[in-house]
Amino acid sequence: MELRESSDRRLLLRFFAVATAVKLLLIPSYRSTDFEVHRNWLAITHSLPLSKWYFDETSPWTLDYPPFFAYFERFLSVFARLVDPRIVDLQSGLDYSAESVIYFQRISVIVSDLCLLYGVYRLTRKLEPMKRNLICALVIWSPGLLIVDHIHFQYNGFLLGWLLLSISFLQDGRDLFGGFLFAVLLCFKHLFAVAAPVYFVYLLRHYCWSGLSTGFRRLVTLGTVVVAVFAAAYGPFIYIGQIKQVISRMFPFGRGLCHAYWAPNVWVFYIILDKGLAFLLRKLGFEIQIPSASFTGGLVGDSSPFAVLPQITPLTTFAMVLLAITPCLIKAWKKPQPGHVARWIAYAYTCGFLFGWHVHEKASLHFTIPLAIVAVQSLEDAKHYFLVSIVSCYSLFPLLYEPREYPIKVLLLLLHCMVMWLGFAAQYADEKASKKKEAGELKSKFGIGCLEKSYLMGLVMVEIVSQFLHPFFLGIRRGCLRINAISTKWEPTKVVPQADRVLVRLEELAQTTSGGVLLPKAAVKFERYLTGEVISVGSEVGQQVGPGKKVLFSDVSAYEVDLGTGARHCFCKESDLLALVE
Amino acid sequence: MPKKKPAKLSGDDIAAPLSAQVGESIDTWWWLSHKGTTISFLCISLFALLIRSAVSMFPYSGAGTPPRFGDFEAQRHWMEITTNLPAIDWYRNGTYNDLTYWGLDYPPLTAYQSYIHGIFLRMFNPESVSLLTSHGHESYLGKLLMRWTVLSSDLLIFFPAALFFVLVYHKNRTGSSKSEVAWHIAMILLNPCLILIDHGHFQYNCISLGLTMGAIAAVLCESEVLICVLFSLALSHKQMSAYFAPAFFSHLLGKCLRRKNPILSVLKLGIAVTVTFVIVWWPYLHSLDDFLMVLSRLAPFERGIYEDYVANFWCTTSILIKWKKLFTTPSLKSISLAATILASLPSMVQQIISPSNEGFLYGLLNSSLAFYLFSFQVHEKSILMPFLSATLLALKIPNHFNHLTYYALFSMFPLLCRDKLLLPYLTLSLLFAFIYHTKQKTKASSSSFTNFPGYVSLLRTHFFISLALHAVYLTIQPPQKYPFIFEALIMILCFSYFILFALYTNYTQWILSSHFRSKDKEKKQI
Repeated sequence: MELRESSDRRLLLRFFAVATAVKLLLIPSYRSTDFEVHRNWLAITHSLPLSKWYFDETSPWTLDYPPFFAYFERFLSVFARLVDPRIVDLQSGLDYSAESVIYFQRISVIVSDLCLLYGVYRLTRKLEPMKRNLICALVIWSPGLLIVDHIHFQYNGFLLGWLLLSISFLQDGRDLFGGFLFAVLLCFKHLFAVAAPVYFVYLLRHYCWSGLSTGFRRLVTLGTVVVAVFAAAYGPFIYIGQIKQVISRMFPFGRGLCHAYWAPNVWVFYIILDKGLAFLLRKLGFEIQIPSASFTGGLVGDSSPFAVLPQITPLTTFAMVLLAITPCLIKAWKKPQPGHVARWIAYAYTCGFLFGWHVHEKASLHFTIPLAIVAVQSLEDAKHYFLVSIVSCYSLFPLLYEPREYPIKVLLLLLHCMVMWLGFAAQYADEKASKKKEAGELKSKFGIGCLEKSYLMGLVMVEIVSQFLHPFFLGIRRGCLRINAISTKWEPTKVVPQADRVLVRLEELAQTTSGGVLLPKAAVKFERYLTGEVISVGSEVGQQVGPGKKVLFSDVSAYEVDLGTGARHCFCKESDLLALVE
Repeated sequence: MPKKKPAKLSGDDIAAPLSAQVGESIDTWWWLSHKGTTISFLCISLFALLIRSAVSMFPYSGAGTPPRFGDFEAQRHWMEITTNLPAIDWYRNGTYNDLTYWGLDYPPLTAYQSYIHGIFLRMFNPESVSLLTSHGHESYLGKLLMRWTVLSSDLLIFFPAALFFVLVYHKNRTGSSKSEVAWHIAMILLNPCLILIDHGHFQYNCISLGLTMGAIAAVLCESEVLICVLFSLALSHKQMSAYFAPAFFSHLLGKCLRRKNPILSVLKLGIAVTVTFVIVWWPYLHSLDDFLMVLSRLAPFERGIYEDYVANFWCTTSILIKWKKLFTTPSLKSISLAATILASLPSMVQQIISPSNEGFLYGLLNSSLAFYLFSFQVHEKSILMPFLSATLLALKIPNHFNHLTYYALFSMFPLLCRDKLLLPYLTLSLLFAFIYHTKQKTKASSSSFTNFPGYVSLLRTHFFISLALHAVYLTIQPPQKYPFIFEALIMILCFSYFILFALYTNYTQWILSSHFRSKDKEKKQI
């Protein structure tokens, strides 16, 4: 027994080591703006006092995670400063992309994944080896985690490790500690709160519902623990009276119903339905106003983006999520079994994903990871998990839009399918059939139906069309549009901006990095700061800004126009200019 | 989501997942091998491709270092030359083709391959292969497309050859369990040296090595015409494939001599080889001048007997004996030729006397090692040839294979450091170590040769010195008087292991033949 324990543990470490090797090799891959976001948080937490953390606006990437995550960044920043002081410099660190910062941040994610390793280890330590290895393979080698954490850049592995740890304590019957860990998790990332109703009902019923006096005592203990955790997180901010600011940063409801990259949830259908209805009604002769706001732009403002259907408010989405979770809450109340906790939690996150407000496609990790634990429980679960994890990983593909990572994301997904298929086939081996067939080929009960197969084939078709055929056909048509747009030419100096606007000619953006690698257009587009030379100014613009001056501004406030010349031009309000630069 | 190794319990193959829950019998490979060799090959090759594409994001040799750049620029330059000039001018100095700037110095198949890849590049990024103006071209798209040409060559040639070899080798070999097969596949496909040189440093070794491996597999399934065609193609892709030639030659000769009609058999092989060569070399066979011009490009004798610090005999002993001063280049040429032939003679003789499949694999290893250690103008990267043949024998000599991998990588360490491939170097070495150790322990190898007292401690000392050297090389500035002292130390260390390894494999090959003879006798008696 002892022997098996240690050899099991060795195997788990080996899984992790192999995953780590892949992660290390992914260090030079594409990084999203989240990389700069986290770097900026290191700088904020390191160089500013606590009271300014949630007020700083030096960079557009303000701190919008709960305090524990800020403390975590503060902790990392101690090491960051040792590695390279510029990483934690609020000003000169902006958009810093030296090797030191890349290696430091990438490796911090890889190391923080140890939390995931421990979570998986604790969760699976009592399972039989087959199931255990399957779970490890599904979680530690999850392609979604690799794409989001180690290419795109985030700390989800670390946070999901906490979640798994909390589930493992619940499964052991140590409810209080499980609840404590979940409260801590909420103070790391508030988006995990979707499962809070499940925790609440389960703990109330399973932990506190045992006689009046014990029950009451336990309720008080639990309440104290949760309050203590939240006090540790938010206490300092309540003390200095900033709690409102913290909350408003954490819940930016001003952002739209859908994230800039649409998450594949219910609202997508709702929007399509709205567009379809508007189109239909207009054809039928009704007056339908075209909504002024768009779904994908960050700021929606007051006007409803919907033409026909009722507007959706954060409250509506909240009610719908809660409504969707209700069946599982009832079940949790009626039969609070520790073995089913993981399933309920995964279900809650699925509901949050499908009905939530401003959901990121990355949120699908919140349910695919806990679902891996459920997948080994029955053949039916395995079949569902197989599809869900493929689809959720595929939905992450648009995150990595650069051609260099294309083979990597496709290979990750294929490999995941292969590992799942082989793993489930072994797990659900058909013992009787294999005995008959002595050849050694394993017969398995695992398989997916025609409907699922054609669905997966559909995904493959979509991918092929969008990657290869679409650019080919559309490329030709786009070419024509371009020619039309450019056929009108304006002389930039004769374009006079109105009111307090200025016309700026953008400076040639760096096309290559210092290493000589050409940046793709798309990467340049995501550059947040632009500099340029003022060409002409409107009548209300102050004296300081005049033609010939160099200015710095953010792409959010710039409106690009094509004047038909080779250079790129933008309109920008004087008040939106960030600085004059020499 | 890496890998393959989904673990599983059960002992050897089939035998029921439930039966094997005892500690020792956990077998990492069972999970992925239970559906058969081809499926596990598919799974491992997906992982191997993932590793390759990740490594290809790192810098290539000579990135951003004008005016000469490195191997990447050489390959790109050949694409530029071949897509813009007629075939006959590829090897000829001219206004558009300055042979002193990375002139083409590989046989025609490399040129054709450059031509095809050049067309691919021209389709998506014409600037990267435009004549003259593209010298030193470096761009995101250019790098990406070039990397993809290597990835696709690997996928189209090396991988199928590996599958062919594994299928044939394990069909002949009785008693290899499914997990051993899977382990062997991983060893071949996740070969760190090949990945680092092809996808990091930038070369197309996967093509010639893939063709050679195909020829080796053809030997194992005894299809002789295929052997000749594939090996001739490998030779026409990189002249370095000649490292294997003595083994192929002696094995085929040995077999033919055993036939009823030896002359006819030899003739048949000769025709197959000639026809292949004629087809590949056709554009240069119209005049003797053209042919000699190409040949002279392939053998750059003027570059001296060694370059840089390569762990072979000439370079290592030059610390004590200044070969370059003692002898003229032509006499060095003959001396090194004689030494190489002498070193590969024992294994050739063994194969002529008693050709066998296993002996043939050892023969490949011995002849390529002989070339690496003693021939003229050897490169650090040439260790890939002996290393490939050792990979194929990985199941036979697992321990030695493990050490060889380590020292082969180590011998390229300074080169890879220059290319800024330190991180992939370390990562792939560790990855290799993890995967290597998933193999179930088998009985200690029976060979007495390495059992001499002190062998293990010798090896250990060696190993620790080399670990220390890694650290020293990275952290300490060499003394000004001896700027290359660490390279020299690394070379000595690797050379001493290679020599030891070569002695061991030669010895093993000869032991084999006595085994076989005794077995043959038994059979005859029956």
